[in-house]
Amino acid sequence: MQPDTDPPIAEFRATTKMFGEVGAARDLNLSIRKGEFLSFLGPSGCGKTTALRMLAGFEAPTSGDVLIDGERVNDLPAHRRPVNMVFQHYALFPHLDVTDNISYGLRQRRPRPAAAEVAQAVEQALETVRLPGYGRRRIWEMSGGQQQRVALARAIINQPKILLLDEPMAALDRKLRRDMQIELQSLQRSLGITFILVTHDQEEALSMSDRICIMRAGRIVQIGSPRELYDRPNSRYVADFVGKSNFFAGTVSRVEATGTALAVAGGLRIIGTAAPGLAPGQTASASLRPEQISLAHGTTTADGTTCVPVRVVNRIFLGEHTEYLVQHDDLGAFLVLVPRQAEASEGSFEPGEPAFAIWRDGTALILPEDA
Amino acid sequence: MQARHRTALFLLPAGAWFVTMLVLPLVVVLVFSFGERGEAGGYSPAFVLDNYFNLPARWTAFQNTLTLAPVGTLACLLIAYPLAYFLAVRASEKWRTLLLVLVIVPFWTSILIRSYAWIFILGGQGIPALISAMGLGDIKLINTPFAVLTGIVYGYLPLMVFPIYVSLERLDKRLLEASADLGSPPWRSFLQVTLPLSMPGVATGCMLVFILLMGEFLIPAILGGGKVFFVGNALVDLFLQSRNWAFGSAVAVALVVIMLVTVTAYMRLTSRWAGGRDDLSLM
Repeated sequence: MQPDTDPPIAEFRATTKMFGEVGAARDLNLSIRKGEFLSFLGPSGCGKTTALRMLAGFEAPTSGDVLIDGERVNDLPAHRRPVNMVFQHYALFPHLDVTDNISYGLRQRRPRPAAAEVAQAVEQALETVRLPGYGRRRIWEMSGGQQQRVALARAIINQPKILLLDEPMAALDRKLRRDMQIELQSLQRSLGITFILVTHDQEEALSMSDRICIMRAGRIVQIGSPRELYDRPNSRYVADFVGKSNFFAGTVSRVEATGTALAVAGGLRIIGTAAPGLAPGQTASASLRPEQISLAHGTTTADGTTCVPVRVVNRIFLGEHTEYLVQHDDLGAFLVLVPRQAEASEGSFEPGEPAFAIWRDGTALILPEDA
Repeated sequence: MQARHRTALFLLPAGAWFVTMLVLPLVVVLVFSFGERGEAGGYSPAFVLDNYFNLPARWTAFQNTLTLAPVGTLACLLIAYPLAYFLAVRASEKWRTLLLVLVIVPFWTSILIRSYAWIFILGGQGIPALISAMGLGDIKLINTPFAVLTGIVYGYLPLMVFPIYVSLERLDKRLLEASADLGSPPWRSFLQVTLPLSMPGVATGCMLVFILLMGEFLIPAILGGGKVFFVGNALVDLFLQSRNWAFGSAVAVALVVIMLVTVTAYMRLTSRWAGGRDDLSLM
């Protein structure tokens, strides 16, 4: 990935796309860096696919601009854009074999490249996606995973400036998806092409992207690296979408440099780091990640911790961790993630048992309620 | 009951229908074709090949059928494809249904009546009168091969439109996006994606229209005025007018043989285009 100072490979400038009265994408402002792996993440209907389709040239913005490599492309038809797409259901040509699918892009070039040149490029693309020798296969003879590789080869053979991926792994089973994610990531590094991925799968976005652009109802909510989004979400929406989190609603009672206190149910106060702009008296939510909470059989009075009595409701064994659902009289039900090691020293907790949930003051994030 | 027996039971009605309605009449026709004309017409049993040697006497009818059936099929195709394309791809949802109904509406009236309507359009008071009024000279349209061709296209167009419409309608629009994404301008996407993927519809439509045209007799009788004779007309004449059932049967057998040969050749050809793929198979 290139430093920030380089000109961006693509940009949205106040880009809005309306479908009739519905704003599919509203006022997008985003610079995409050359060579980065960027994901658009959000639930269906959040505008992420619309953003991708505006880059591909399938949708024209209603207002604002789309730029590719410094050039305004609002009115440039799809077939003249230096980008290629891996479609959600691959959209492979059923009447062509694997080779003819992959070479399709090269064969559209004028003047036509020499046949030998095309054949060699196809061979190389098949090698890259690890399908050597599959050239003469028919599309319908290939499995879902293989079809996906063909779709990938068909796109990268053209050496696009940007590779657009529209939920490319949605149709694959979990194991295959994981393999493909790793493969895509290393492919992106070796090719040095900018990848833009659209997904609703947070795990996928977190594991593959350099940066993630979280969208909601047509707008960008937050842009940042996976770690930034996880550690410093700017809203309850982002905290909820990136990883798991517990939310406790309350009223801001004190804002100080050392921490912000949120008064929640039952006279309890949760101390945490506040998002800027929160003032006493405002309603807000405290976000506590399950792994930020621990469970104990006995209470503690250690300084700088909060300890509340709970009852264990449910237990899910996850291997390295055990996820407990616990119930507090005032706070309600919340999740606690206990590492195997901690369980070994503290012993396990049976459903129905009383226990104590403990967290360090200041670890919580105090986030404004979503608009 | 064993599965095999049950299957046989279910196939019984279809089998019976096939034998009594298709095989039996064909056998009768085949037997008659080797017979002689009876004293007062009809059929008298014999085993002679005279009828087949006499076939050249009806050469014109064969010639007309074998020219106008393929030409008519082609004309239908050339008109139906753009129409089906418009309906399936360009027309808005709102209009599509209405336009599709309009394509079928002519079927609500008998082809006989509709063909008669064409007599007036193509006859002396119709288009020719209009053309001569405009000072463009006198032309004769009715009772010409052109009139028959017009009637054929008019009558058979829907049969060509629908299969093509279905194959175009089924076409995954994302394939066109993929084609554009890979650098193909719209007209080349049409040639490289839309056209090949609509070939099954084209093949089905052509087959339907061609087979029916080979047996056509109504349109040439009405719009050809006895001057543009099809094999179908020859059969009507032989069976109902001259009552030479034996010769008529020979003509019918010849027509069936010609059709079998052309349709088989056609299917071989089109299945090769489809690359032996199941869901692109034709009939």
